[in-house]
Amino acid sequence: MSTTAIAQRVDARGLSCPLPIVRTAIAIKALNAGDLIEVLATDPGSTKDFTAWAKTTGHELIEQSVDDGVFRFVLKRK
Amino acid sequence: MTATITKPETFLPPDLMDGLDDPTPFEELEAVDEGANKTGELLLIFESGDLERTWATTILASSAAASGQQVSIFFTFWGFFPLVKKGVRITGENWMQKMLSFMNRPGIDHAKLSRLNFMGMGPWMMKKLAKRYGVAEPGELLEMAQALGVRLIPCQMSMDLMGLKREDLIDGLEEPAGAATVLQMIADGATPLFI
Repeated sequence: MSTTAIAQRVDARGLSCPLPIVRTAIAIKALNAGDLIEVLATDPGSTKDFTAWAKTTGHELIEQSVDDGVFRFVLKRK
Repeated sequence: MTATITKPETFLPPDLMDGLDDPTPFEELEAVDEGANKTGELLLIFESGDLERTWATTILASSAAASGQQVSIFFTFWGFFPLVKKGVRITGENWMQKMLSFMNRPGIDHAKLSRLNFMGMGPWMMKKLAKRYGVAEPGELLEMAQALGVRLIPCQMSMDLMGLKREDLIDGLEEPAGAATVLQMIADGATPLFI
C-alpha cells in the first residue's frame, strides 16, 4: 500500500478562489516526485480549476469525486 | 436517428472551404496553444494602492505563481504604501512626507476602496464579507505569493519621493529598481498589467 499512501492533505473546505489552488501549490512544493496529495474543497469552481491547474503544472490529477458538496482531488506530484 | 452534416456550398470562397474536410489543423492549433503561455513572465505594475486593486493584484500574482508562472510585482506611487510593514504609522523625513502618510495610512491592511470607502466603513464591510465567504485578505495573499516565489520590486523613485526607508518596509523585497528595469522586462517578453 505504500505506493498509494497519501503523503499530504490540504483542507480547503470553506475557502474561495484562489486559496484551494494556492494552498495546494504551496503544499505540493514540499513533496517528492510521485507523492500523492489529497485536497478537500467546497468551492464549486475547484473542479474546473484543479483540472486546468493539473494541465498547466504537469501534476497528475488521478482521482476526483464529490460527496455531499465536498470535492475531493488526489494529485500526484510530477 | 443519424444526422448527416453537409458542407455548405456558398458561404465561403472555395479556397477557404478546401481545408474544412481535414480535421488535423484544429488539433495542431490546440497542441500549440497548450504550452504557448507557460513560460512567459507576468509583470504586475501596481500603482493605484486601492483595496480592490490590491486584491486583484495579489489574487493574480498568487494564482499565476501557483501555476508555475514566473511573476513580478513592481510597486510604485500609491501602490507603494501597502509595502509598509505593520506597526509603522508615520513615514517620511520632512513634514510633507509625514503628512502624506498621515493622510494615507500605510500598510496593506489599510488600503482604501476607490469607491464607497465611507471613511473605512466600505473596506470594513468588504472584509467582513470576505471572511464569511472564505476569501483571503490581500495581506495573506501577498504572503502566499511571496512563499510561491513572486518577486516584489519596490520603485526607487517612489521610495525617495515619499521618504520611505528600507526598514519601514516588509521583508523579502527585491532591490529597488526604476522604469528602465520595468521596460527591459517588457522588452524581454513579460506580460505587463498596469493596475
